[in-house]
Amino acid sequence: MPDPILALHGLDAFYGDFQALYGVDMTVEEGEILAIIGANGAGKTTLLRSISGLIRNAPEQILYRGEAIGAGRPDVIATAGIAMVPEGRQLFPSLSVEENLMIGGRTGRAGPWNLSSIYKLFPILDERRHQASTSLSGGQQQMVAIGRALMSNPDIILFDEISLGLAPVIIKDIYAALPNIVGAGMTALIVEQDISKALSVSARVYCLQEGRVSLEGRSQQVSREEISRAYFGAS
Amino acid sequence: MEWVNAVVQGTLLGGLYALFAAGLSLIFGVMRLVNIAHGDLIVLSAYLGLTTTVALGVHPLLALVLVLPVMALFGYVLQRVLLNQTLGQDILPPLLVTFGLSVIIQNALLETYTADPQKMDAGALETASVSVGPLALGVLPLLTFGIAIVVIAGLQFIFYRTALGRAFRATSDNQEVAQLMGLNKAHIFGLAMALALAVTAIAGVLLGIRTSFDPSIGGARLIFGFEAVIIGGLGNLWGTLIGGILLGVSQTVGAAISPGFQLLAGHITFLVILALRPNGLFPRISG
Amino acid sequence: MSQPVTITRGTSAARMAGVAALIIVLALVAAPYWAGRADMRLLGEIYLYLALATLWNLLAGYAGLVSVGQQAFVGFGGYMLFALTIFGGLHPLLAIAGAGVLGALISVPVAGLIFRLRGAYFAIGTWVMAEVFRLSFAQVSALGGGSGTSLPTDIVRSMADGRSAREALSYWLALGAALAVMAAVYFLLRSRRGLALTAIRDNELAASSLGIDIWRTKFCVYVVTSGLTAVIGALLFLQKLRISPDAAFSVNDWTAFVIFIVVIGGIGTLEGPIIGTIVFFLLRETLADLGTVYLMILGLVAIVIMLRAPKGIWGFLAERYGLELFPLSYRVRHSKTDKKRPGG
Repeated sequence: MPDPILALHGLDAFYGDFQALYGVDMTVEEGEILAIIGANGAGKTTLLRSISGLIRNAPEQILYRGEAIGAGRPDVIATAGIAMVPEGRQLFPSLSVEENLMIGGRTGRAGPWNLSSIYKLFPILDERRHQASTSLSGGQQQMVAIGRALMSNPDIILFDEISLGLAPVIIKDIYAALPNIVGAGMTALIVEQDISKALSVSARVYCLQEGRVSLEGRSQQVSREEISRAYFGAS
Repeated sequence: MEWVNAVVQGTLLGGLYALFAAGLSLIFGVMRLVNIAHGDLIVLSAYLGLTTTVALGVHPLLALVLVLPVMALFGYVLQRVLLNQTLGQDILPPLLVTFGLSVIIQNALLETYTADPQKMDAGALETASVSVGPLALGVLPLLTFGIAIVVIAGLQFIFYRTALGRAFRATSDNQEVAQLMGLNKAHIFGLAMALALAVTAIAGVLLGIRTSFDPSIGGARLIFGFEAVIIGGLGNLWGTLIGGILLGVSQTVGAAISPGFQLLAGHITFLVILALRPNGLFPRISG
Repeated sequence: MSQPVTITRGTSAARMAGVAALIIVLALVAAPYWAGRADMRLLGEIYLYLALATLWNLLAGYAGLVSVGQQAFVGFGGYMLFALTIFGGLHPLLAIAGAGVLGALISVPVAGLIFRLRGAYFAIGTWVMAEVFRLSFAQVSALGGGSGTSLPTDIVRSMADGRSAREALSYWLALGAALAVMAAVYFLLRSRRGLALTAIRDNELAASSLGIDIWRTKFCVYVVTSGLTAVIGALLFLQKLRISPDAAFSVNDWTAFVIFIVVIGGIGTLEGPIIGTIVFFLLRETLADLGTVYLMILGLVAIVIMLRAPKGIWGFLAERYGLELFPLSYRVRHSKTDKKRPGG
């Protein structure tokens, strides 16, 4: 078995005095799509924020290609190849659509993704390239957010609740595009409330409950009962 | 005719005030920092210009070749070493730290240059004027006004047409996500302060050619710049030029009414605008 | 959760401090009988700075109104003392009270304007106001215009018979004012309005969702502070007997030093200004010969404290030893463990 591209060892994460993650262990293989599910407040977003460097942790608790990045700065981690599509899209309102994408490309990493390949993936963005990002619909904004993350040609891409607040038909489109996005050997971590969507695109799944891993398994093999137990606690 | 003259001279003076304001506006726009020491940094630039002209025997405008990069570098280091540590939710640390900085700069200047007023010698430039109809326009005020337009146009270009400007705007919008895009916040803020102090260097040298200066005048320059920013509207660079002009015209018209009324008239204009249009005339961002 | 719990404000340290403070205050009240003329002058100045620092601390440390323009009200109070005694024929003591009332009144329209500015811009707005005051008083030729005026000797004489009696009165006024200001701020912070203020300081958003009218609370604090600052201004210039626009509205004397005092002592604590005033005057009496270097050192110390120990000397001590001399926060005490918790 090759070394995992990303490994968490006993990850503890804090917001001030409040502990949000307790000893989370996780391994992610290169090219794998991993789903992370769990109830609100289970620690899913905290996990992604820890990996991306927005929360500082003990260095050795997060290894990326064998390197300790737990205490790394977010911009350094981004440049090293971990990109995030943040919850709620969080586009830069004073930047146009194209400028938002260009900011994503600032890391200067080589790879298949550039403005023209993003526009090929999401043709509507090409039409709207000079508009203010705030003038787009929710689904189109999500495309910009995804495109912005892809522009850095990351090795790992973190999706935080990409279906949140979007109409079902839009969610379907975005999930339909996902295989194209991560098809090129990219590793993806998908945090998602919509369990069936998450299971359908991922190879493996982790469930978090109150800051701890409550379930780990192959997405196609875990049963409904196991998931609901992992979600709401053993009863 | 006296009134027309006052308005024209005031407009040109507004160019200098716009230069005071542009640096303040820029750093507030990028990192929501209000630098109480801004006026003292303008005065520091004037003194650096003075020392350069005296030591090298060059024209004050040529001294900018040295003063501008020195101030820009100082700005970058100041931001990285000191000011970045003060940024956060609490407004007290940046205010009080820059206030302390203001006192330090002022007294360091006093210690080095004494309290005696100084002036830079710009030769014929100081008195040269051109006649436009019945008005005599000083070449230096005209030049200052032209430089202000060029500087603001340049800042506008950097902000809206370059990768650095995109980084400034993205960081200003959302610091967290900007970092996720690989932007080093500390470095971006350092560059913003470097740019602001480069503008400050220009403002300081032009101030030092125009009038005599001493270490205590920084506070008033901060206030003029601040008033121009608020009148023009937060976050609007061209607005600072309008604000500077309104302030300059108020002062010269006030002085034409009564010499003691000059500064008061400027402040009153500011307060009237604040009462009628609290967000300034052309606001871009909310404070 | 069933163990008996008592909620108290007092601590034994606070009670001991109370006794000590009483003894010190009594000794200070008696100073005219044991201290020399120069010492009394210095003490008087110390009291007035303590009062200014306490008031600025209420504004910046509790109400979040960081002003660099309190010299507006110091100078205004000073000028009102002169105007009310010279033109109004009032007794100086009445004029001091009048200066306070007028200071509070004039702060109402001032607040109406500068409260439109947020955060740091508010700070510079207060400075503009102070400049407007300075320039305006410089226009009043009856008060000496730009060069200022002295308090006529007959008015000075009307205070008390003999120089030493006048100086003692002036001393007691300064001491009384400092004590009154500290008591006023203390009781204000303990009142309902004070609780609202603390809530705002801790979390403005949450406070407003609890139905606290932030604007009104801050407005009230600003008006009260301005009135009291004007009283202190009147007392300061009663000691100096001479006033000019530059001295009355000096940003260095009435704001920079006051900010240093509060930052060094501990912003947002009642004890901070006391510690800060003591440290400030110790430094001044030992280092003032250094002139500008002394001021640079002050600026540097303030910066270092703001960055490394933002709660100042008092905050550092209080955190370390759980001290609180002026009991403001409530303590929940489990009678079994009797565990003390600092701060609230």
